[in-house]
Amino acid sequence: MLKYIGRRILVLIPTLLAVVFIVLFIMNLTPGDPGTLILGEQASREEIEAKNEELGFNDPFPVRYVNYVVDLCQGDLGNSWKTGRPVMGELLSRLPVTATLAIGSILIGSIVGILFGILSAVKQYSFLDFAGTTIAMALASFPGFWIGMMLILFFSLYLRWLPSFGAGDLKHFILPWITAACPLMASQLRMTRTSMLEVIRADYIRTARAKGQKESKVIIQHALRNALLPVITIMGINFGASLGGTVTIETVFTLPGVGSLIIEAIRMKDVPLVTGATVMLATFFALIMLVVDVMYAYIDPRIKSRYTRK
Amino acid sequence: MENSKKVLEVKNLSAVYNTEAGVVKAVNDISFTIHEKETLGLVGETGAGKTTTALSIMQLLPEKTGEIKKGSSIMYNGDELIGKSQAEMRLIRGACISMIFQDPMTALNPLMTVGEQIYESLDIHNVNNKSKQELEARVDELLELVGIPAKRKINYPHEFSGGMKQRIVIAIALACEPLLLIADEPTTALDVTIQAQVLNLMRELKEKLSTSMIMITHDLGVVAQTCDKVAVMYAGEIVEYGRIEDIFDREKPHHPYTIGLFDAIPSLVGESTRLKPIDGLMPDPANLPTGCHFNPRCKQCTEGCKKDGEMYIYRDGEHMIRCNLMKGEGK
Amino acid sequence: MGEKNVKINLKKQSQAKEIWHRFLKNKTAVLGLVIFAVIMLVVIFADLIVSYDTALAQNILERLQGPSGAHIFGTDNFGRDIAARIIHGSRNSLLVGIGAVAIGITLGGLLGAIAGYYGGWLDTIIGRVLDTVMSIPLMLLVLTLVTALGNSLVNVLLAMMIANIPHYMRIVRAAILSVVGQDYIEAAKACGTPSYKIICKHVIPNAIGPIIVQATMAVGTMILNAAGISFIGMGIQPPTPEWGAMLNEGKQFMTMYPHIVIFPGVAIGLTALALNLMGDGLRDALDPKLKD
Repeated sequence: MLKYIGRRILVLIPTLLAVVFIVLFIMNLTPGDPGTLILGEQASREEIEAKNEELGFNDPFPVRYVNYVVDLCQGDLGNSWKTGRPVMGELLSRLPVTATLAIGSILIGSIVGILFGILSAVKQYSFLDFAGTTIAMALASFPGFWIGMMLILFFSLYLRWLPSFGAGDLKHFILPWITAACPLMASQLRMTRTSMLEVIRADYIRTARAKGQKESKVIIQHALRNALLPVITIMGINFGASLGGTVTIETVFTLPGVGSLIIEAIRMKDVPLVTGATVMLATFFALIMLVVDVMYAYIDPRIKSRYTRK
Repeated sequence: MENSKKVLEVKNLSAVYNTEAGVVKAVNDISFTIHEKETLGLVGETGAGKTTTALSIMQLLPEKTGEIKKGSSIMYNGDELIGKSQAEMRLIRGACISMIFQDPMTALNPLMTVGEQIYESLDIHNVNNKSKQELEARVDELLELVGIPAKRKINYPHEFSGGMKQRIVIAIALACEPLLLIADEPTTALDVTIQAQVLNLMRELKEKLSTSMIMITHDLGVVAQTCDKVAVMYAGEIVEYGRIEDIFDREKPHHPYTIGLFDAIPSLVGESTRLKPIDGLMPDPANLPTGCHFNPRCKQCTEGCKKDGEMYIYRDGEHMIRCNLMKGEGK
Repeated sequence: MGEKNVKINLKKQSQAKEIWHRFLKNKTAVLGLVIFAVIMLVVIFADLIVSYDTALAQNILERLQGPSGAHIFGTDNFGRDIAARIIHGSRNSLLVGIGAVAIGITLGGLLGAIAGYYGGWLDTIIGRVLDTVMSIPLMLLVLTLVTALGNSLVNVLLAMMIANIPHYMRIVRAAILSVVGQDYIEAAKACGTPSYKIICKHVIPNAIGPIIVQATMAVGTMILNAAGISFIGMGIQPPTPEWGAMLNEGKQFMTMYPHIVIFPGVAIGLTALALNLMGDGLRDALDPKLKD
């Protein structure tokens, strides 16, 4: 098992190198230069040129790529062109807000989604099933940021229960959590339901019933565990995505998270910041998927034996 | 045999599936009896209603679509099963009536060790409050009984071959020493060499535990090896029923479908002639033909066979044939 | 044995008909189809309903009015008619959604089909490259692409198409793989049928169902993503009417004038909902065994 994890981490290295290449390449196509960005429009051409030269902006693309990778290997993500501060520090200062948002919403979304997914599958075609799937469908169809706006209108402005913006105490996170949880809840519910429906029809469920097992135990001990694999995958993907993809929700609630930092950076063409953020998020994503795969092995002995055999 | 205890008595059992395509009449008014230590063979093509019969006895028909019709009766040991609640049925399933399913590849939960799965069965019906150690010891005993080393109980189903999985399924079914075992094509999914092994094992265990059995199969060879009585099913009906001596005796009268079944198996003695398959296909159970359900495929079909009405039933002791052609043969 | 009762469809024509009949039986799916049809009519006949000029015409005197007889959805902060902007905005949103999916699924599908059908090292290489692209968060990739290409409708479409190719490829590859493993493909191969014929006659007709289902739902997702991009002020720029951009402009006025953000959001949601309902219904119609 450890060998498997080690190999997976080794595979991560070329992936990250490719990610850096793709991001640098795209940013390279974007108009603008760091000299102008740092010194401002008023600076003289010579000053701007000198700054560009100093930052290595005039080097050919392959050279810049290699330089970036060399720095990356030393744990250096470079300095932001705009603020001049280290990218790592900028990212770490924004990470707590995004992580709080992501973890909270994934918990709410998964618990509610999986619970109602199971109920929907067990009571297929009941009113509960109909209501659950319909609400999930609606939540998945409306933009998350718009749902957030509606929540603000209702809970902050109409009922005056909760703050609508900023990131103070956890109370500030309740609405963002619910907002970000909505689409996650929808996808978890649908995935759990589909997966459970498939498993419930399996022969070994019939075997368990033929043994005289209680229906509740048939569902929890036999069906749920077997239905869990795709559900965990979706959970991992959702978690990875919400670490970087809550940009719009951070905008609605004016939360100072990684998402809004990236938006600013992209607008400013702050190449080191954009690249650094992407590398960080891609690493997180890969690690989360690794955790998902390791969890697979603990749930399914067939997968475990496949990992250990190789 | 006649005087021994009746383990199962099925009377006028009818079961349907209510599907979007219409009402599928899977089992139509069938009756049979199984005595202690007896084995009944349910023979017929795919779609004849054999599995539905088995699931009806277990009360495990698909909840939303399956339905047992009024007037049906299934008596187990003098106790009516129809109308029992799920909670009452749970006490019977696994403990009194067990079932072995067709495909051992999918019948075991892939995420539990085989030991846990046998243990589960014992644990559910642990009326004597045996300790965990005693139950574990029984798991070992059961595995050895079906010819699998007890130390393999910590293995998962994917680590066993098809034949071994079926042995484990048998161990689960026999764990609580049920009075009746329903085996739904237990060897169909296995290799021929393994088939014989599994059949022998089942026969041995049946003797040892004095269990009665319903053997569902489409293989007359399996019937000849294992059964005391045979019910030939066609389109949800029992068209011929009798002791194995009656059914396998070519001199005695038979239903045209039974004759067809025998003609369709290759003979080992005598010169090899071309096999005679039964022409046509099983009728759509949602849309059965009028009169005798076999009439579209029957070579001796008369005009009378195509009309609805009372079917002639030939009886000779336990031997029963549901066919209008038998009118001359009756006693 | 109802569940084992397999119906054999001899003619493909009758199979399409049967799927259509099953689809029509599904009330929610039909509802989705009706909503989507209405939206498509609005897209096609937008100019006949209300002129494009109305959607752009500013009238400071009538700014931020609530819904009324003159302006059924009210007016925005420039006094523009919100209903007219939603009607003309539908063109942009649907163009981006349908365009990105149509082109993306063709290109991604081609790659996916090659990878899925031929397998081997080609599959491994294509798979590795696309896995890499997929490890970059989607929104981030789209945003950097939009910045590199420049803010415009066509560029948003292109960026979303490029960023989503790996997803489309996965969908098509999975659909193809589930067919390629089947015995009838082996049988066709054993008969010496040439590859292109197997692909056209057996693989595509059998794999197309799930692909259409996924594509239908992907259009909805694309519309949501496009709205998200313009909501954070990138991509399609004002004064071009676009649903996400309308929400962005209206954001600062929403506390006092909620109508300004409610209606564009409902438009986005209804469109995506219609597509999702249709996709769901289509899936059930294609694979009825999932139902009982």
